[in-house]
Amino acid sequence: MKWGIVTFPGSNDDRATARVLSRVLGQETCMLWHKDYRLPELDCIILPGGFSYGDYLRCGSMARFSPIMGPVREFCEAGGLVLGICNGFQILCEAGILPGALIRNRSLLFVCQRVHLKVENTDTPFTHRYRAGEVIRLPIKHGEGAYVASEEVLEALEREGRILLRYADADGQVGPHSNPNGSMRSIAAVLNERGNVLGLMPHPEYAVETLTGSEDGRRLFLSIIEAHASGAWRRAGRGSQNGVQAPPEAGNR
Amino acid sequence: MIKAKVYVTPRKGVLDPQGKAVAQSLRSLGYEEVRDVRLGKFIELSLVAVDGKEAFSRVTEMCQKLLANQLIEDFRVEIDTEELE
Repeated sequence: MKWGIVTFPGSNDDRATARVLSRVLGQETCMLWHKDYRLPELDCIILPGGFSYGDYLRCGSMARFSPIMGPVREFCEAGGLVLGICNGFQILCEAGILPGALIRNRSLLFVCQRVHLKVENTDTPFTHRYRAGEVIRLPIKHGEGAYVASEEVLEALEREGRILLRYADADGQVGPHSNPNGSMRSIAAVLNERGNVLGLMPHPEYAVETLTGSEDGRRLFLSIIEAHASGAWRRAGRGSQNGVQAPPEAGNR
Repeated sequence: MIKAKVYVTPRKGVLDPQGKAVAQSLRSLGYEEVRDVRLGKFIELSLVAVDGKEAFSRVTEMCQKLLANQLIEDFRVEIDTEELE
C-alpha cells in the first residue's frame, strides 16, 4: 500500500507520520509538497498536523488553496482514502471536504495532553480494528480544536454514524467533564458522507509504540492497511448494505 | 486607490470564548453595563478598482472565498470612498 504525506509550509507532524508508516509499519511512503500539481499513484493521503501558513487568518484557511489541494480533492471525490490529522482536519473542513469547522478551544488555552476517546463507529475503513464503545487514549495538542457545525449537520452526522470518536473519560462517559476543547457533542473525529475521508483532532501517529505511552493509534493505521488490502472500505460508504459495493457517488459537499 | 474595510465577527450562536473573557474583564473593571462582547477581526484592504461598486463586489467575493468562513463568521464590507483619488 502506498501512502502520501503532504508537507505544507508550517506542517510539523509530517516527518513523524512518515516515520510511523515507513519504519514502524513497513509501508511504502512518499512525501508530497504543497506546490505539487500532480499526485503519484497513491492509496492513501495524509494531511498532517502542524501550523500550515502560520495558522494565519484561520487554521487551514490558506493551505486549502495550495496547488496540491486540487488533486487531493479529486482523489477524495474518486473515493481515495484520506486522513486529516489535527491541522489536516482543519484544512479538510476549510476546503468543505468535511462539514463543520474547528474554532478556538473554549478554555482559550492550547491543550497538550493525553485524552480518552470513545470509539463510536467501527464499521469504517479507519476504525474496524477497534471495538465499538471501546475507550482508547491518544494525545491531543491544539489551540483550535472545538468542533462546531449546524444542528442539521450534527443530526446528519449522528444519524449516518459519521462521528467516529468522541472525547470521553476513562469509563467512556461523554460529557462536559471530559471535553477538553468545547467541541459540540464532544466530537473528535468526523467521516465524510461517502466514508473515505476522515478528519480527527487527536494524533494517532504519536501513539503507536508503548515507549511513548500508548499504542492505541496503531490500529487506526492497521485498519486502513487491512481495509485497503481487502477492498472492504468500499462497503463503508453510505447506502451500501450487506457488503455490496457501492457505486461511486459524485463527490461530497 | 480605494480602501475597503472588512469586519469579521463570530456568528450568532457560535461560541466566542475570547469575547466572553473580555466581557468578564470589563465587568470586573466596573463596567457593569457590558452585557456581551463579540471579538472579531478588522481587515483593511487597499485596492485598484474602477469604482466603489466594483470594489464592494470584489471584496465581498474575497470574503466568501477566504477572508471569512461563513459557517462560523459573519462579515461586513465598507468601501471608503473618501480615499478615492
